[in-house]
Amino acid sequence: MNVFLMYPTKDFTVQDISPNESALIQDLELSTLWNAMATGDQFVWKISRQVTLSPLVDLDVILYRQDILNDCVNHESVVRDIYSIAASAIEREKKNYLGLFSSYPSAILQRSVDVMQMFVETLEQLKHIAQTHAHQFVSRGFSRFFTMLINELGEEYLDQVKSHLRELKFHKGVWISAALGPGNKATRYRLHRTSQNKKSPWIARIMTKTPRFYTYTIADRDDTGARALAELRDRGINQVTSVLAQSTDHVLNFFTLLKTELAFYMGCLTLHKVLAQKEEPLCFPVPTAATERLLSVEGLYDVCLSLRQVPRVVGNTVKADGKDMVIITGANQGGKSTFLRSIGLAQLMMQCGMFVPAESFHANICDGLFTHFKREEDVTMSSGKLDEELHRMSEIVDHLKANSLVLFNESFAATNEREGSEIARQIVSALVEKHVQVFFVTHLYELASGLYHQRRENILFLQPQRLSDGERTFKLNEGKPLQTSYGEDLYHRIFGTD
Amino acid sequence: MKFSSILYPRTQDRPSSEVPNAPQYFRDLNLDQIIAAMTAGRAEYELAPFFYAPLTNRDTIRYRQDVMRDLENPLLLEAILSFAHTMRTMREYLMQSQKLTYHYQKAVWFVDAVELYCYAVLDLMKSLAEVEYVSPGLVSFTNYLVEYIHSDRFLALETEAREIKDALGTVQYRLHIHGQQIDVHPYSDEPNYSSEVAEIFAKFKQGPVKQYRIKFTDGPNMNHVEAGILDFVAKLYPEIFAHLDSFFITRVDYLDKTLAIFDREIQFYIAVLDYREFFKQAGLPFCYPEISTSKEIFANDAFDAALAYQRIADHAPIVSNNFYLKDPERIFVVTGPNQGGKTTFARMFGQLHYLANLGCPVPGNEARLFLFDRLFTHFEKEETLNNHNGKLQDDLIRMQEILQESTPQSVVILNEIFTSTTWQDALFLSNKVMAGLCKSDLLGVWVTFIDDLASFNEKTVSLVSTVVPDNPAVRTYKILRRPPDGLSFALSIAEKYRMTYDWLKERIL
Repeated sequence: MNVFLMYPTKDFTVQDISPNESALIQDLELSTLWNAMATGDQFVWKISRQVTLSPLVDLDVILYRQDILNDCVNHESVVRDIYSIAASAIEREKKNYLGLFSSYPSAILQRSVDVMQMFVETLEQLKHIAQTHAHQFVSRGFSRFFTMLINELGEEYLDQVKSHLRELKFHKGVWISAALGPGNKATRYRLHRTSQNKKSPWIARIMTKTPRFYTYTIADRDDTGARALAELRDRGINQVTSVLAQSTDHVLNFFTLLKTELAFYMGCLTLHKVLAQKEEPLCFPVPTAATERLLSVEGLYDVCLSLRQVPRVVGNTVKADGKDMVIITGANQGGKSTFLRSIGLAQLMMQCGMFVPAESFHANICDGLFTHFKREEDVTMSSGKLDEELHRMSEIVDHLKANSLVLFNESFAATNEREGSEIARQIVSALVEKHVQVFFVTHLYELASGLYHQRRENILFLQPQRLSDGERTFKLNEGKPLQTSYGEDLYHRIFGTD
Repeated sequence: MKFSSILYPRTQDRPSSEVPNAPQYFRDLNLDQIIAAMTAGRAEYELAPFFYAPLTNRDTIRYRQDVMRDLENPLLLEAILSFAHTMRTMREYLMQSQKLTYHYQKAVWFVDAVELYCYAVLDLMKSLAEVEYVSPGLVSFTNYLVEYIHSDRFLALETEAREIKDALGTVQYRLHIHGQQIDVHPYSDEPNYSSEVAEIFAKFKQGPVKQYRIKFTDGPNMNHVEAGILDFVAKLYPEIFAHLDSFFITRVDYLDKTLAIFDREIQFYIAVLDYREFFKQAGLPFCYPEISTSKEIFANDAFDAALAYQRIADHAPIVSNNFYLKDPERIFVVTGPNQGGKTTFARMFGQLHYLANLGCPVPGNEARLFLFDRLFTHFEKEETLNNHNGKLQDDLIRMQEILQESTPQSVVILNEIFTSTTWQDALFLSNKVMAGLCKSDLLGVWVTFIDDLASFNEKTVSLVSTVVPDNPAVRTYKILRRPPDGLSFALSIAEKYRMTYDWLKERIL
């Protein structure tokens, strides 16, 4: 029995968390996104975090999730019911607490029988939902899930389970066999079914002259003896206890996985509702292979910025098909960093199967997303800062491969412009030659104009739009990098470079 | 020659009683550390007395060296180790049998011990037949073993123990536990219900889950309920249990005395070889020294084993040294900077001789060492520094003892004596003692701060602890034959810190 609502053929596990997780969280302000998805639900928050930090590189899985998410949007109440049934089973299991008696098989067995009875009821509820609603769902994921519930949990099977749960209460005593082991102590305990041992009536035993048996009776006040008898019984049921307790754990795992995988979609539903109320555009993105260079977006906005403010935010329309590198230069407060973040966020959301904050979004997927943003702290240590930046970059390089995407924000500006530009130029040139995709927001004019004058087809240059009266629109236009920028003097004053 | 001991070829060489305490000089030479390391984990064999009794007879040393050389063959060593291990387990079984309360438990632990003993003996014989060895000690032991294994008493013992164990292995029964009763039934074959339950829930099985099988504390003891059940089981199988009873009563003295002694004494060799292996792993050599009655001794690449043992553990480098004496040389006088390895050299000299006279390999590449009759040491004791008068007196009393008791066949090792008095006193006393030592013609090492002793006469050899020429703060720990350095060491240190006369004149304005 598998859930398979996150992947077509495997369970959701937390393995492929991005190596530069903490940088991504900080630079893209991912907590804002998770907070919106969770609205206070710790579990949804945790799962949303894990999913967004484990971007997919398989187009099929991305589309698989998009379809399931689409079903969720269309049948929200049914999906929320399934989620709460699973959550309540998990909750009730937790309440049946073993505590002090967790080292006694008899106690474990009794609890396991109780828990399993409750689980059987829960499974019956899920099966009922499947029978009622399966036909309304169109995604591959939900269809498979519902069919599985109906097929695996037939009447006959559930009756068999219930009969075993009755037998396991051992009302007629316990039958076990044993052999002599080291030191003549009993070993190789095996449990036998009571029903099989009571089949021959006592009169038949006498007739067949089965050898007689001997009876050991524990005296009334013999507490040690009573404990010994209990232990012997525990040894006899030890194996079956473990089997049943493990089975309840397996069923519990099924519910837990169901809750976990749905938690991501719960988060998506919540986010969807918030943005839809604000009338921000949302769309299912169209991903293409990582080896292609495709970026064609309309109305792309920074979802976290929108979540943090009341008014709607400005979206950008960019066409960068066939570009390996996008260089963004120009005035401060012009929306450069916001644009860079919106690219990173949309890329991550697309690659975990979500909708994206845009009117339309066509893009190639990337094999690893990395951010290298200027860090504001420790401005006083200007000498150590370039070290720090290069060290951080070197760690990123350890994880880069073809078709990774790196977002640079004001990187390598901690030294003078010529040196910074040269360092940056060498870095980005190498990355692009290694088929790494680059977005670079920079004040380094030497870098931008140097690259511009190479007139390479695969580089796109963007600047914030300024109207003729100097007003900023927070939109980006394609064009030649300009030398002056408002923040440059300030920057040099702060860093003391000459 | 009838075999009696793997440590002594002839019964008369064995000390009449075992030496209970370490010789006086053990601590000075750090032999206590070496022997402690060798015997660690072998307390049950009480090996220390063997290490407290150096041999005075070249044949016995040779007997041991030969056995030790044979045991360097890993296959042979493995055979002995396996034997020792099984015998140890056997003793644990016997102890268990004695500790237990219930009759059928005591009895079966005893059978287990006997079974293990027979296995140990047969297995050792089998292994010995497959390896080569030439030492008179081991060859003679093997002859003894062959004879024993083919004796009637051993054959009968082995067969009977095996029969009883096999029979007990066939015993099975059923229990029905209900209320306060346990019914003990004869066995009948029925399916395992646990497997049926596992099957019905198999479809939910996913990844690994927690293990719920309780680990019962399975000590060797039984409680009275288990014992009661066992008594009923015995009634279900009366013949098997009757045989067990009689074996337990009649076979008390099954252990062969000579084998028991061998089991203990062979551990002497294992202890030494194990210790040596530790150095081997670190790339440090041990060698079998030639035992000499002449005083032209030597050693190459020798080292202080106690110190090296610690430094290997700390991954620190180890420095080895060479020495030799040519007639008429007798006494090494070691001088030079402190912390330069002088005391280590003195200890090493003593360790090499002591270990050689036990019949052990010694730390070094190649060596010829002296067969001494007695070994004397006198090392400065730091703890008595606050009582100067008393200390000088102690020094002198001790030196007098040594000069009186030593013979031309003795080895004497002195370390920084007479430090508690004036230079003039020390020089005077040292000259006196040196004259006595030379007169006695014994072998020795003397670590001293008095350079003059180095050229006392033709019997003394001057050794110096050395430093790196360019950086006198760094010791090489090499002890070399050369005249004493005098002040050159102190001057070069001063140079390094710009504290010489010339420097100070320049620096102080």
